[in-house]
Amino acid sequence: MKLAYYPGCSLKGTAREYDLSTRLVARHLGLELVEIPDWNCCGATAAHSTSHFLAVALPARVLALAEDMGLDILSPCAACYQRLRAAQEELKRDPELKRQVEGALGRTFEGRVRVFSLLEALAQLGEEALAAQVVRPLKGMQVACYYGCLLVRPPLTSCDDPEQPQLMEKILAPTKVDTLDWGGKNECCGASLIFGAREVALNLIKNILHAAAQVRAHALVTACPLCHANLDLRQKEVNRFFGTNFAIPVFYLSQLLGIAMGLNLRDLGLGSHFVDPRRALRMVGS
Amino acid sequence: MNENFWSEVNRAAGQKITHCYQCGKCTAGCPVAFAMDYKPHQILRLLQLGRGEELLSSRALWVCSSCQTCTTRCPCHIDLARLIDALRFFSRQAFPQVTRHGMPLFNEVFLRSVKRYGRVYELGLTLQFNLKERKVWRDLDLGHFMLSRRKIRLLPEPVENRKEVAQIFSAEKEGAR
Ligand code: SF4
Ligand code: SF4
Repeated sequence: MKLAYYPGCSLKGTAREYDLSTRLVARHLGLELVEIPDWNCCGATAAHSTSHFLAVALPARVLALAEDMGLDILSPCAACYQRLRAAQEELKRDPELKRQVEGALGRTFEGRVRVFSLLEALAQLGEEALAAQVVRPLKGMQVACYYGCLLVRPPLTSCDDPEQPQLMEKILAPTKVDTLDWGGKNECCGASLIFGAREVALNLIKNILHAAAQVRAHALVTACPLCHANLDLRQKEVNRFFGTNFAIPVFYLSQLLGIAMGLNLRDLGLGSHFVDPRRALRMVGS
Repeated sequence: MNENFWSEVNRAAGQKITHCYQCGKCTAGCPVAFAMDYKPHQILRLLQLGRGEELLSSRALWVCSSCQTCTTRCPCHIDLARLIDALRFFSRQAFPQVTRHGMPLFNEVFLRSVKRYGRVYELGLTLQFNLKERKVWRDLDLGHFMLSRRKIRLLPEPVENRKEVAQIFSAEKEGAR
């Protein structure tokens, strides 16, 4: 399978390891990724909180670029994924807006490009294809799969059930990692609030870490650069703020899969965690 | 309240505000209701009562994390997250001073980065935001960590076709919303 790859801004910066591990794992699974040339920012929460036009027009340019390539899109960032999907639906629903966007961009939309999250792209490969690559099973490690908001909500753009998503568990099944049943999998981490309303965001992060600690998760697994930043980079700040002592490493789905596939840990970007993942890795002999 | 406000709020919602029967499901699932002055179901009620202007100065609009839980669960299919986006727009118009700090300021600085480079320049964005909030030393330890792991780009990496990005922003200014 060949897909147009849309890394988005985070994967070029703070979430570098998500980019590295996604590309690497994709390559080993025979998934060809072609980066969309000259892609732009999707506008994220800032755009949709400011102007409906920007919220549609910015991702629309990305959709148009992929249409030129004749490929469907892989968007590993959950926030970008949701913005691209939302723009797609708006262009379909609102012909007047579509006309305005086409006018501004000097491009037209046929609307035939599909947008996939990393979860969908991996799940599509099928359990057998994934199992064939697993050389280092993760038996003994207990993880809490964390979906957050934008992969599964709202239902119009959702890539899995909004209340009880299961795709991540399915993708990880061949690795033999123990995926826990827990209550925090689609609670919001407050990513959009971490700069503008910090204390509110810290509260949300604490609740998720608490839920994961309650089921004795050795690690969290995520498929979103913003969730990762909040849960990993801010964990120490949560501890300082609430007097807690959480120390739960947060893996990207692509990293955990890559570990089970026996790929080089450094190449998977495992040296750039804020919360040290080594204890969790030793449990599975990595 | 002016005509424009009501027609725009209704358009933005794309559905009937009158359909809300105050079941409270939106508020029950809202992760930040604890920090809101008006809870999600109260936002709907105030709109039904024609008291929208009270909402424009409300803190609730800026602590909503846009998590879409309310939109997902409302039994009457009211897109509350989208409605809040529309209210944010009118809030900035009615009270331009809200953009001096917190979420609205962050959004503004973020979009300025997108307008200029076509992409978000994380380092520039963070520094500018912290400077404007007069919290220059915030997250210094994190910054140090990220630099050492090459998680921060020192320079922006702009798109080549800046003209096209500029066109998007100028079309927006011309009132196409
Ligand atoms: S969930 Fe829907 S119907 Fe119920 S109070 Fe909220 S907006 Fe109204
Ligand atoms: S979108 Fe906003 S109002 Fe709705 S549940 Fe999430 S935080 Fe609450």
